[in-house]
Amino acid sequence: MNADTSPQLKAVDGTSLDEVNNPTSPVVEFTDGPGLKLEGGQVLSPFKIAYQSYGELNADKSNAILVCHALTGDQHCANVHPITGKPGWWELLIGPGRPIDTNRFFVICPNIIGGCMGSSGPASIDPATGKAYGIDFPVVTIRDMVEAQVHLIDYFGIDQLFAVVGGSMGGMQVLEWAACYGDRVFAAVPIATAAWHSSQNIAFHEVGRQAVMADPDWCNGDYLREGKVPRRGLAVARMAAHITYLSEEALQQKFGRNFQDRDDRSFSFDADFQVESYLRYQGSTFVDRFDANSYLYITRAMDYFDLAARYDDILADAFRGTKTRFCVVSFTSDWLYPTRENKEIVQALNAVAANVSFVEIESDKGHDAFLVNEPEFFATVGGFIQAAAKRRGIAEASN
Amino acid sequence: MATMDETADRFAAEASEIADQPRVDHQLIAEMVTAGARVLDVGCGDGALLHLLSDNRGTDGRGMEVSRENVNACVARGLSVIQGDADVDLDDYPDKAFDYAVLSLTIQATRYPKTVLENLLRISRHAIVSFPNFGHWQIRTSLLLTGRMPQTRNLPEAWYDSPDSHLCSIVDFAKLCEAVDAEIEEAVAFNSWGRRLPINRSIGLQNLFGERAVFLMKKS
Repeated sequence: MNADTSPQLKAVDGTSLDEVNNPTSPVVEFTDGPGLKLEGGQVLSPFKIAYQSYGELNADKSNAILVCHALTGDQHCANVHPITGKPGWWELLIGPGRPIDTNRFFVICPNIIGGCMGSSGPASIDPATGKAYGIDFPVVTIRDMVEAQVHLIDYFGIDQLFAVVGGSMGGMQVLEWAACYGDRVFAAVPIATAAWHSSQNIAFHEVGRQAVMADPDWCNGDYLREGKVPRRGLAVARMAAHITYLSEEALQQKFGRNFQDRDDRSFSFDADFQVESYLRYQGSTFVDRFDANSYLYITRAMDYFDLAARYDDILADAFRGTKTRFCVVSFTSDWLYPTRENKEIVQALNAVAANVSFVEIESDKGHDAFLVNEPEFFATVGGFIQAAAKRRGIAEASN
Repeated sequence: MATMDETADRFAAEASEIADQPRVDHQLIAEMVTAGARVLDVGCGDGALLHLLSDNRGTDGRGMEVSRENVNACVARGLSVIQGDADVDLDDYPDKAFDYAVLSLTIQATRYPKTVLENLLRISRHAIVSFPNFGHWQIRTSLLLTGRMPQTRNLPEAWYDSPDSHLCSIVDFAKLCEAVDAEIEEAVAFNSWGRRLPINRSIGLQNLFGERAVFLMKKS
């Protein structure tokens, strides 16, 4: 890998990694066939999908669970992250004996199209030019992410996924799967999500994008070719976004007005407060593992998401006749994708008499609640998955 | 609206004191429901009826419940339940979405019992409603002799603590059925020990001796 065409991804231990073009994950390249027809009209061909899988696909291929990641997530949901060295982001939910038991289910978690962990995205090499796509990469949508996943599921020879599970943007993919490929989804678990991106959420994303684009090192999107990385812009975008993932209560409880490494104000613009230090840390570590252009593309995809738009603004029509069993989950302190927006999905499903469960989990962790240890959330998802697996006739874990 | 739930809990606790077996009204409801039917249990509490129906009748059951704790426990047990309020959320369902819509010992705690019943009859082919009978002789005599709001084994709270804002007698409920064009297919009254009152007797006797009742109805 040529250093000036790859982002400056570095592991915490200082070793260089290139998860964009030489990921540690397995990669499936789709070189033949019609390519990926995008909602924007372009065709991405060839394209590749990096993924992680856990457990084993059973003989009749009925035990596959597709896990869809969120904006800043990736495919490393239940294994140590190759760059950060941290545990998988859903390690508490997915694994042997976990609510999504990998002794029983075959779990696939692909990196989304547009991502930067091995699937085709703005940081990956355009085979036509031999250089990184940069902002020549076509704008993709949630629907496009799902279409790419369909290719991967076909590659595995899976007719019907037992379940599709995801939170936040992952939840949007779950809804797309259920709407477009309902007969290929036995059970769907959209978590802390919405059927359309609200004006406030678009506004936050725009702040993030402007922060990236205001960084001179962004170089009009060409930073990879220039051998630069818009670290400051992306870090600011991450800092602003991170606030929206928490709650006022959680921030106040965790940091209050506590000082960082000092007893009083410094009368400067240092990170006097713990919360400032925390956000700066979040910003700087994010830059080590995420491509700035990917951040632009993925936030755009979320902003464009409005599932009902294809159905004359009647969300229920997206699910009419569905046989899929749904479990919608929201969290009390999530103000980014509040219970109200999750309940709109439930109302639409009720309107077509779909089989739907809906729970609101009490938590002060904000939107991030779906990523942290919330036992009631795990019990809910585990109970729903087990009941659905029994209904689907999937054998219990042997050990 | 935690009150509906408290009511259900109160009756459930009481029923389980009487005998460690399904509540009498649940048993009656299970007998009324045809095997394999699609059932919505409104105010499903801890999901006991949904379990009974699923185990004994092989139903495709859904629940609606106002208490978050109960909903989460139901879903964790594998039941299809949503958090919702009978007074508000029944509007979401399309016509004839279910074979049966069940409201057990909950209608007296709703804000708009008539609208709730109309919704039940709209969204399902058959509605099943159970309720405590305010026409029972002990309630009548209590009011007559003491001049105060009755407190009985079935209705233990003082009037100011009770979640039951719309108590009615069996005759009252039959009149409501008329008012909403509901045809009563079956009506069973029973007492706290589960003894059923012969249904071929007059409604006046049921109203006097039944402590609770279960009505099976459809839109006429």
